[in-house]
Amino acid sequence: MRRIPWLWAAALAAYAFLYLPLAVVVLFSFNDSALNASWVGFTTAWYGKLLSDPAMLQAAGNSLFIAAVSSTAATVLGTMAGISMQRWRPRFLPFLVLTPVAMPEILLGVSLLLFFRQVLDLTLGLFSILIAHITFSIGFVAIIVRARLAGMDESIFEAARDLGASPWRGFVRVTLPLILPAIAAGFLMSFTLSIDDFVITFFVAGVGVTTLPLQIYSMIKVAVTPEVNAVSSLLMALTLTLIALAARFAPETLKGSR
Amino acid sequence: MALLEIRNVTKRFGSLEAVKEVSIAIEAGEFFTLLGPSGCGKTTILRMIAGFDAPDEGELFLDGRPLSGIPPEKRPVHTVFQSYALFPHLTVAGNIAFPLEMAGKSRDEIRRRVNETLALVHLEDKGGAYPDELSGGQKQRVALARGLVNRPRLLLLDEPLGALDAKLRERMQVELIALQREVGVTFVFVTHAQQEALALSHRIAVMKEGRVEQLDVPEVLYSSPRNRFVANFIGTINLIDVEVREASRQGLRLAAAGLGEIAAPPQAGATAGARGTLALRPEHIRLSPPSEKPELKNHFAGTIREYLYLGDVTVYKVALDNEVLLEALATNGAPGRARFHEIGDRVNVAWRHDAGAYLAS
Repeated sequence: MRRIPWLWAAALAAYAFLYLPLAVVVLFSFNDSALNASWVGFTTAWYGKLLSDPAMLQAAGNSLFIAAVSSTAATVLGTMAGISMQRWRPRFLPFLVLTPVAMPEILLGVSLLLFFRQVLDLTLGLFSILIAHITFSIGFVAIIVRARLAGMDESIFEAARDLGASPWRGFVRVTLPLILPAIAAGFLMSFTLSIDDFVITFFVAGVGVTTLPLQIYSMIKVAVTPEVNAVSSLLMALTLTLIALAARFAPETLKGSR
Repeated sequence: MALLEIRNVTKRFGSLEAVKEVSIAIEAGEFFTLLGPSGCGKTTILRMIAGFDAPDEGELFLDGRPLSGIPPEKRPVHTVFQSYALFPHLTVAGNIAFPLEMAGKSRDEIRRRVNETLALVHLEDKGGAYPDELSGGQKQRVALARGLVNRPRLLLLDEPLGALDAKLRERMQVELIALQREVGVTFVFVTHAQQEALALSHRIAVMKEGRVEQLDVPEVLYSSPRNRFVANFIGTINLIDVEVREASRQGLRLAAAGLGEIAAPPQAGATAGARGTLALRPEHIRLSPPSEKPELKNHFAGTIREYLYLGDVTVYKVALDNEVLLEALATNGAPGRARFHEIGDRVNVAWRHDAGAYLAS
């Protein structure tokens, strides 16, 4: 391959544009100053302050709880959808499952809000957030599980039946172990999506319940404090870890996608 | 009573009739082959025996009991898939143990039978290996072992040698025959390779477009094909348009345009005046220099047009004087002499009066 200097420079500039702000956030979360202006000295005080802030802890707890429950449910449902899409090739199911993935978040947020309030007359809160997060996560799990199945020889599943396994035993002994990495990757992806989500959660959260992204948003309405930097850094670390884990479990499905 | 009876079975996929009114009876202990080009319905029949597809008409009987409604896992029938379909997450021993576990056998029995079967396919030292660590031939043996370990009434083999290279294929053919003889399980084998079918089978059903064209032992199939399709599909054959002059129990007298009379073995159903085809195998044709007086009853003058030297044999293309082109096979039995005729040589083309088969269609 020929090296084109200006292309490399452009790439470098683009990456700098993407990652420098993140680096600044992390850097200033360790800055010993209440202002995000200049470097004063190293401290972990802001992390300490974070851990003693009850509102912040409450929001983090909510976020983790919502992520755990919604990604578990989405993983079960998404796995089922992924398997049936591969095995029976239904014509319309892929659209039903994958549309929320492609839909602009703001649209999904507004429509879910209207649906919960106007149609179901639901009180917004933990439950409505859970339903919303499950809805947009199912598609991601289904895509990953299906991609894994598509790469496999289908006669393996027939062989299980042929050799005496009932459909259920065949699933437990053959299908499940083979798609487990994809299921794990799908779970981690939904966990990440749930914990990071702002737009949809903003619409369906109501007044009582706050998640971490909502909490950060309400804090920066006042000022970008080092505390915000600290909690953002933590969220970033968690997200990167989850994505890295997911990529390890299903490298073939995450390459090139989100 | 036949072990497996396929009675008047028809299978459609949409508007396509994949299998049309097929009736076959397979006896216990047989090595039975379904032979035909791709799309002839042979794999569909296999899938109906295994239980993955159900016939639209007709019925299959195993030991006299109808198979309809019985799911694949409840049939004493196992399959060796074309792709082997080994479970990649289980070891070789785990793969072979799978059908035994599903059948609820005890741990001791499973261990004993897995070891026995590993020995049967000469893979004693590979029990702990995973499928992707094996060569093609080894995978093949594991698939066979897995299919045989729980002693099915029938073992179905779907082009199992298709993915192997020529040398290995030949070796696996020999192993397959020995294995079938040793375990005594009835094999139903599907292939499009006619040579493989001839080498392995007790009986062969030649299929075309969903129908059985001929069902016979290999020798009969080869020497007395029933029609042009079977004649052409199995081995190489010369086809000469003829008219029947006289038909009797002793033999046929045929006439070919521009050649004269040909004597052929008797054929039921051939009547004087009928038009048909004489099918003649290349190895039944003798070529000799015009100086030698031919001793065989059928002999004609011809010219060598082409030859293919294949080492053990040489294939000659020879044109008769009526421009009919025949293929003749000469064995290179004499040391130091590989060729007997050159292109353009005049030769005598001769064959015995009992060689060839008259085909009405």
